[in-house]
Amino acid sequence: MDCQLDIFFAEAILNGLLLAGLLALLALGLNLIFGVIDVVWICYAELVMVGMYGINYAYKAGIPFLLAALFGVMLVALAGAILHYLVIRPVLDTPPINQLLVTGGVLFLLQAAATMAFGIEFKTLGIRLGSLNVADMSFSWARIWAFTMALAGALALWLFLKRTYLGTAIRAIAQDRQVIALMGVDSRRLYLVTSAIGGGLAGLAAALMVLQYDIYPQIGLQFGPLIFMICVLGGLGNMIGGFIAAFIISQFIAVGSSCFHTEWGYAVAFLFFMVAIFIRPQGLFGTKS
Amino acid sequence: MLQLTDINAAYGGFQALFGVSMQVAAGEAVAVIGANGAGKTTLLRVISGLLPPTSGRMLLEGRDLAVMPPHSIVAAGIAHVPESRRLFPRLSVEENLRMGGYIPTARAQFSQRLAYVYGLFPRLRERSKQLAGTLSGGEQQMCAIARALMSGPKLILLDEPSMGLAPVVVTQVFDLVRRIRGEGYTVLIVEQNVRQVLKVVDRAYLLEVGRVKAHGSAAELSASDEIRAAYMGI
Repeated sequence: MDCQLDIFFAEAILNGLLLAGLLALLALGLNLIFGVIDVVWICYAELVMVGMYGINYAYKAGIPFLLAALFGVMLVALAGAILHYLVIRPVLDTPPINQLLVTGGVLFLLQAAATMAFGIEFKTLGIRLGSLNVADMSFSWARIWAFTMALAGALALWLFLKRTYLGTAIRAIAQDRQVIALMGVDSRRLYLVTSAIGGGLAGLAAALMVLQYDIYPQIGLQFGPLIFMICVLGGLGNMIGGFIAAFIISQFIAVGSSCFHTEWGYAVAFLFFMVAIFIRPQGLFGTKS
Repeated sequence: MLQLTDINAAYGGFQALFGVSMQVAAGEAVAVIGANGAGKTTLLRVISGLLPPTSGRMLLEGRDLAVMPPHSIVAAGIAHVPESRRLFPRLSVEENLRMGGYIPTARAQFSQRLAYVYGLFPRLRERSKQLAGTLSGGEQQMCAIARALMSGPKLILLDEPSMGLAPVVVTQVFDLVRRIRGEGYTVLIVEQNVRQVLKVVDRAYLLEVGRVKAHGSAAELSASDEIRAAYMGI
């Protein structure tokens, strides 16, 4: 064990914070879908993977990065809407386990399709943003950008939910699924729009991740389980809870990696998760149901 | 305004309404009375499209409601205040009202309508930022009625507005019903509180096990010995 309150430790904490922004964005998307449609998209991280490949090929086809990123957001938004339309809607009135299993099926489908279409080798955009050096600490600009844009995305989502009719309806439908129809809201359309927004958030995450990580078909497995853990810790469907939980989990990963070994960071975070869930089964910010 | 002809409705295999026919004229207030399980709530759910009828005709100013989904029925001019109010508890009063004015024609007039319902119910203006779930029972009913008014309806369906409220509040709720009548809305109200409701409506239908057993003016029904004995405890 090598845990000292030195400059490396401070750097680890700050890098954990930067990681948290991205995880919080993904937790928001997953909680949004769950809160509105009452379905967990097990394949959420694979949608991010699809977005990363989309951006990768768009960029390599000569499209400027920002436009390629926008394309990625729209691509995954469309993928979210299609996922809802083709996969979720037919099983919406069946037991929850069916919904879980079909999205699990989509996970394997997307991984297999990506492997066949793009191969198993790691792909990288080759954009180097360099790093920011402050007081002997080093932070990659890609991470700083990812953090800033993730927070901006979260803020935009919050304003949308708070200020618009559609956003208010999205919050309302999670509170009373039946009465929403009496307000003149077409809930089928609302589910489709919510799925597209959830997809769009995954697309934004993809645009931020291609600057930091190599792309390969199984990349979803690296952070998918982490996001489910964060959502459950924050109370499934609780968007603010998930947002905060992302920051807590990231700190456990960062500090765990710093004190023990890089690979141990996830184990420490998971240990904390198990203890927390044992004490509060409904999640840190969930309400008992 | 509203015309139902020979409506049948069922929950799965269980038939709840048998050949119900009734009409409500513009500007009229009509009650549907009857015991628990008589099909009163079902009737309102059929009218607002939550439960499509298995057969029968349903017209609002000549337009066929039976083929419309619930959200189109709201746009056609029917607002339904459901049983036990069903506000969105974690939205503020004003957000609930915004949901009431969700349909496109209502959005264009949101601020005028908001000013109108706040004028009608000043208490709601005081509580506009409060979460609807924290209102008292009477205030919640007020908010639920105001939410229905936000869509600019021609016909308002009220389902058991007095249910679960303290006796003094029940009197206030019937005053609310009188007030929206006074505003010129057409009202169809379902109530178990037969004695009180017959004082605020023009006519009433008596449902028994899914069938219209009797109908007539409020005065006729209040004078009927049968109804007095069975539903008013006299």
